[in-house]
Amino acid sequence: MSPEANFHAESGFGPESSPSSRGRVWFDALTGGAGVISSGPRSVCVADVALGSETARFIAVVPDAQNRFPRARAGEVGLDEGWALARHVRATMAADSTDGKAARRPIIAIVDVSSQAYGRREELLGIHLACAAAADAYASARLAGHPVIALLVGKAMSGAFLAHGYQANRIIALDSAEVMVHAMGKQAAARVTRSSVEKMEKLGEQIAPMAYDIRSYDKLGLLHKLIVGVEADAPRGIDVDRVRAELVSAIADARAGAPDLACRLTSPAARKTRAASIEVRRRLAEQWRSPEQSQSPEQSDVRL
Amino acid sequence: MNADAASRAGYRRFLERRSFIEMSARERVRAVLDPGTFREMLGPFDRIKSPWLPLQGIVAQADDGVVLARGTLQAKPALIAAIEGAYQGGSMGEVSGAKIAGALELALDDCARGRLILPVLLFETGGVRLQEANLGLAAIAEIHAAIIALRRYVPVVGVIAGMVGCFGGMSLAAALCTHLIVTPQARLGMNGPEVIEQEAGIDELDATDRALIWSLIGGEQRHATGFADDLLDDDADAIAAAVRKAFSTAPASAPARSMQVERYVELLRNIDPNLPPDGESLRRLWKRGSPP
Repeated sequence: MSPEANFHAESGFGPESSPSSRGRVWFDALTGGAGVISSGPRSVCVADVALGSETARFIAVVPDAQNRFPRARAGEVGLDEGWALARHVRATMAADSTDGKAARRPIIAIVDVSSQAYGRREELLGIHLACAAAADAYASARLAGHPVIALLVGKAMSGAFLAHGYQANRIIALDSAEVMVHAMGKQAAARVTRSSVEKMEKLGEQIAPMAYDIRSYDKLGLLHKLIVGVEADAPRGIDVDRVRAELVSAIADARAGAPDLACRLTSPAARKTRAASIEVRRRLAEQWRSPEQSQSPEQSDVRL
Repeated sequence: MNADAASRAGYRRFLERRSFIEMSARERVRAVLDPGTFREMLGPFDRIKSPWLPLQGIVAQADDGVVLARGTLQAKPALIAAIEGAYQGGSMGEVSGAKIAGALELALDDCARGRLILPVLLFETGGVRLQEANLGLAAIAEIHAAIIALRRYVPVVGVIAGMVGCFGGMSLAAALCTHLIVTPQARLGMNGPEVIEQEAGIDELDATDRALIWSLIGGEQRHATGFADDLLDDDADAIAAAVRKAFSTAPASAPARSMQVERYVELLRNIDPNLPPDGESLRRLWKRGSPP
């Protein structure tokens, strides 16, 4: 066996067979291979292409069997991926910074991320900071007026989703069995809680936030739109057009709303399932000022 | 003073020192705020508990493991949120997460109106509470959003004292802080050692090798390699003083660590993953404050 073949055997993938991913499929389908920015790691795909009447930046994290970090070869968000996401998002902000807020480019995060990279090198070199940098960049872009839309086409797992997608103004998702959101992969969660995958699935049926599937997630009120009836594995032209239209509509909705995440608490589903999140904020607002302060709210005007 | 007297004085200071690590979350908040200014919000008597734990046969604590208080720091209005590591591993559920996010959002509203509130986060958390999975994760995203928005107006100061440490999605929250204070007993990492061993195998990381774990993610290592700003002994008064100092010295315009993209891209470019540094050699490579 040649050293190279051995290298690939160890990593679990053949030389040219980076496992095809939903993220890659949808990135290619939505960008048509145009406008690709080829800088940074190959695991982070970026393209500026037309969407509706403007240009949008599309970003996806995809598997790369030759990733220099072995623990980030299957589409995980690793050290290079986190920092590359931050860099590509901040480049968009810098390029549009002189434009009025209304003209700032939409940023579309195509989400299919199985997890953050689990490894010794990753911890030592600060994967928590790499993922924070990506979240920081997306949130900063949102606050600067860029409509940021997360399009869930596959897995949206845990820290990887926090880094790539969860800071979006609007989250939309394909209604497909392989589209999942969770704090920990099913097998890992079963091992950590000394339970079984079957028990985890059973629990998910009874307790909405414990479920993995996107229809259960939709009940939490965090999704702007669940797109039904789309062929998610091999999208046809009609599916791509449909998703583009939903992206355009989500961008318009984001521009019409506040640049914060408040919409995740106002949907009818959120009012029901996230009732405690709403109640906490309501009671907290009541208690925020002390009784004395409430009588003269301006007296606490202080500077550093 | 001769060496003997100096060592006796050091020993006396050690004995008089109040341990911050041994304090509950509520005691920690009192220890940091100006004396007599502690005013708790959504305390145990408000009885806002996790709606999800009882469904899984787990007793829900009346404050869901987060203490929120208003008070002052050097007479300036402050907000402190502290996570109780002794309850459910300091995990973030819907209510505990909403308490932190909601308080930071109110501080943001005030700051945006010109009423500055000094925000302090006392971390002691394993990350998402798996029993509330997606609602914990969503709340953590909202905490991140609030820190990033708030940081534009005022420094956000974080403290990781130990012994739980700061993991999972909350390690990102610590990384987003303008100023991060750790003790030698703190650990800061995204993935807990046990999870890495389970997911990647014992060859990747032996979770029982304590010396190795501390050499990767311990407080001293994090400080020496620039991931934390202050390294302090386990001393409540010293920590309270460092929090005050952070607000008086942190320039509001300096980019937070998580914004220093070019610097870290460059630092990582010079790392060969096939010959990865160990904790000791990374201290030489990424020495505090050194330019890339």
